[in-house]
Amino acid sequence: MEGSLLEPLLYTVKGIAILDSDGNRILAKYYDKNVFPTSKEQKTFEKNLFNKTHRANAEIIMLDGLTCVYKSNVDLFFYVMGSSNENELILMSVLNCLYDSVSQILRKNVEKRAVLESLDIVMLAMDEICDGGIIIDADSSSVVSRVALRIDDIPIGEQTVAQVFQTAKEQLKWSLLK
Amino acid sequence: MSAFKRDKKEEEDSGGNPFQNIEKTSVLQEARIFNETSVNPRKCIPILTKLLYMLNQGEQLSAKEATDVFFAMTKLFQSKDVILRRLVYLGIKELSSIADDVIIVTSSLTKDMTGKEDIYRAAAIRALCSITDATMLQAIERYMKQAIVDRNPAVSSAALVSSLHMTKFAPEVVKRWVNEAQEAVNNENVMVQYHALGLLYHIRKTDRLAVTKLVARLTRMSLKSPYAVCMLIRIAAKLIEEEGADNSSPYFQYIESCFRHKSEMVVYEAAHAIVNLDRTTSRELAQAISVLQLFCGAPKPTLRFAAVRTLNQVAISHPAAVTACNLDLENLITDSNRSIATLAITTLLKTGAESSVDRLMKQIATFVSEISDEFKIVVVQAIRALALKFPRKHSVLMNFLSAMLRDEGGLEYKASIADTIITIIEDNPDAKETGLAHLCEFIEDCEHVSLAVRILNLLGKEGPKTKQPSRYIRFIYNRVILECPSIRAAAVSAMAQFGASCPELLENIQVLLARCQMDSDDEVRDRATYYSNILSKNDKSLYNNYILDTLQVSIPALERTLKEYIQNSTEEPFDIKAVPVVQISKPDEQDTKPKSEGMLISSGPTKTAPASREEQFAVRLSNLPDVQSLGPLFRSSEVIELTESETEYVVRCVKHCYARHVVLQFDCLNTLNDQLLENVRIQLEPSEGYKIVNQIPCPKLPYNETGTVYIVLQFPENDLPNSIGTFGAVLKFIVKDCDPATGLPDIDEGYDDEYMLEDLEVTLGDQIQKVSKANWGASWDEAESTFFEMEDTYALSSMNSLEEAVTNIIKFLGLQPQERSDKVPKGKTTHTLLLAGIFRGGIEVLVRAKLALADGVTMQLTVRSQNEGVSELITSAVG
Repeated sequence: MEGSLLEPLLYTVKGIAILDSDGNRILAKYYDKNVFPTSKEQKTFEKNLFNKTHRANAEIIMLDGLTCVYKSNVDLFFYVMGSSNENELILMSVLNCLYDSVSQILRKNVEKRAVLESLDIVMLAMDEICDGGIIIDADSSSVVSRVALRIDDIPIGEQTVAQVFQTAKEQLKWSLLK
Repeated sequence: MSAFKRDKKEEEDSGGNPFQNIEKTSVLQEARIFNETSVNPRKCIPILTKLLYMLNQGEQLSAKEATDVFFAMTKLFQSKDVILRRLVYLGIKELSSIADDVIIVTSSLTKDMTGKEDIYRAAAIRALCSITDATMLQAIERYMKQAIVDRNPAVSSAALVSSLHMTKFAPEVVKRWVNEAQEAVNNENVMVQYHALGLLYHIRKTDRLAVTKLVARLTRMSLKSPYAVCMLIRIAAKLIEEEGADNSSPYFQYIESCFRHKSEMVVYEAAHAIVNLDRTTSRELAQAISVLQLFCGAPKPTLRFAAVRTLNQVAISHPAAVTACNLDLENLITDSNRSIATLAITTLLKTGAESSVDRLMKQIATFVSEISDEFKIVVVQAIRALALKFPRKHSVLMNFLSAMLRDEGGLEYKASIADTIITIIEDNPDAKETGLAHLCEFIEDCEHVSLAVRILNLLGKEGPKTKQPSRYIRFIYNRVILECPSIRAAAVSAMAQFGASCPELLENIQVLLARCQMDSDDEVRDRATYYSNILSKNDKSLYNNYILDTLQVSIPALERTLKEYIQNSTEEPFDIKAVPVVQISKPDEQDTKPKSEGMLISSGPTKTAPASREEQFAVRLSNLPDVQSLGPLFRSSEVIELTESETEYVVRCVKHCYARHVVLQFDCLNTLNDQLLENVRIQLEPSEGYKIVNQIPCPKLPYNETGTVYIVLQFPENDLPNSIGTFGAVLKFIVKDCDPATGLPDIDEGYDDEYMLEDLEVTLGDQIQKVSKANWGASWDEAESTFFEMEDTYALSSMNSLEEAVTNIIKFLGLQPQERSDKVPKGKTTHTLLLAGIFRGGIEVLVRAKLALADGVTMQLTVRSQNEGVSELITSAVG
């Protein structure tokens, strides 16, 4: 069974993409130089992927030798790609983390407009989830805490004590500096 | 924040996407605001976001544009705004590969990385490592070591992950951080643990002992992170595979214990590892399969998919074990996820019984139109396996396949169906006529030129052997009327084959060929004229040589020799025998690969076929002095190990056979890191008649490098029987002790040493190249009058079955079996094996071996060849 035992490597994720309801790219990252090296190949793959997935809500598909797990909400499609031998459940955990992080950042308002409004934060979150194909973190609350979400954007009830304390400290510091 | 409110307003004005119509020039223009003396985060963040969005959309910047914007971006370090700073890091990472002089930000990033703001540090490390190279790494090494063991898990993870990235260009430096990584494995944080394990394994992976220790330690201390456990399972599985350990090994027990882990991810990983291990026994397999069976009924599609995909793999190697899940798999056929349904059905096809075939095929028919081409190919491959397993079901399967052929579909899909039909035809004589009929129908309406050409070729080969060859002519001639030039040309060739093999059709074929001579395409006309000329000669041997048998030479070699021939304008006619004969690739290579069968890996565009081994060797050898004068390379043998694989020096040999010489290529590997070998040579004791012409030693052989020694020998002249011989060999060299770290010798003077190698044999097989005859019978009859024939009878007492005898004869003689005579039908006590090949110097050899099974195997061997000595050699070599 040559090739089906998995190499012990950390490079698990081949790509992450967020597409809109027309299959256009909002954000996408590919981590393996051998998988879709050019932007043209990437976009063709995304179109193809979108056509195969936007109707059937089936969570997982194999395409072009990659295992792709996906999830959609309103007008957004989230994808995580890995090699066809990869443990699908690991990929799924990354997808869940991506989705939940975005959902928390946008305060459960997961739609295209909201993503574009907070695009900077969503970019940072993607960067915190996966670096060069290695999963950095798959826990959405820890990702969100790391992406420097504007603290005063969270309603006070959802802040942790530490965050409140931090805000207070900052404000005090600024008032002293003035 | 207010920047976003403003953005919102803008967006309401423009309606929709604020990033819709961004242009490169305007964004770069706007980015100049970064250069203003006081940085305004509210203005800068949206612009930087736009820039990053634009890069993410695939917009390319020139080096100058990238450098300009990069430098402008560095100005933003003045601002204290957290988000702006983090976006700058992202920008640095994006631009680091395009812009020049990116190292300018090193000090700013180092400051952030070592500073107090935790929120900067992790991201700063990752940005810093993306702009660092091997030389600069030394400068920040101290900080990296500290970061790896930092209290903050984010910092530690970032450092570990970046270290792993950097092993690509600075493996030596990263290796020095092994102690820090070791410490990080014990970290409380789950992700740090996972990253540390990954880095540690990467650093240690070449050192088996260290890996064993690592695994032994970690399996005891129950890791918290499910990711780390998955990783550990993979490492353990790799160790089991490498050591050939059995199920009593602690690794095995560890993997088994993971079945009880609370995370599904780990349980699945363990099951996946177990089923993929070579030595899994049925007991462990049963456990793994019951886990997967459980997953089959899970509500999550991903879990079901994972389970059924793995079961599909198992079905190839252990079909019986999967039958326990048949009921669950049948439930999955109606799964709403088509991928799961397809995998389930193909698994069932692999494990199913003959009686269930009809039912399953009906079920597939209901959804086959809905699935993607990729999955259709998987279904087709499963059908192929089924057809080989149950030959009696061929009519059901064939009907199904032909229905699929008529559907819409891409080339790859159609080709796989055609391939399957062709395999069924070849394997099952009963299916031949129906199969050919289906293919004939298919080419009537086939949009893929390459496929049509292949099928026409097959018709030309197989059609004449059927009961009613004439019925195919109509289909083929229709192509001549209706299709594009390349198909017409193939059709002409196919018709000519009918003409050559079926005398009763010859007259009609000649009429058709005459019509083809009016064709508008050159190639078609040429072929028609050529064939009609040969056919009009009415000479069997001409037919055999120029219509039925095609060129056996390797095409790249032919091109090369023709080019050379044209360059040196000689009077001599071109000698086709000087072109190396192509080696017949083993057809079973693809068939035995279980992966291609079970998995859905469409490996993208297939790579262009690599030049044959002979070609590669020929190029290497022709660079050696004097070798060019030996003529073209005739055949290269397989690699032969002359030492055990784990000794101090590893020597492998390849025998290259020329018309009158043999070149021995010894690849030597030095596995001692404290020795430098010089003047490495092989002392050879050739058997009687051989002369050593030349010897090329290897001047220097440092640790872990492969050097090559060549010896050129001349075959015994006019003494064929002695060309089979055994040579004693000794490796001789000068040893210089050296420092393992630097590889430099301690002293200038070395001492002589030698190392015994195993004996080397030049066999009959080395001197014969396999060729395949399209029509062996015709060639054999033709050879009767012109070739030298020898015949002898042998008792092969050590063989217990016909199959064993056939395999051994083929291996020993190095000839190519013809007309599928290498497959012995089951239950027969007699068999005839037909072989063909070319002896060095271009002498054709045909062999017929009649085998009979009694006590042991009795063989009557008839050899026909163009040279008496060769016939004698072959008959005398057997026995």
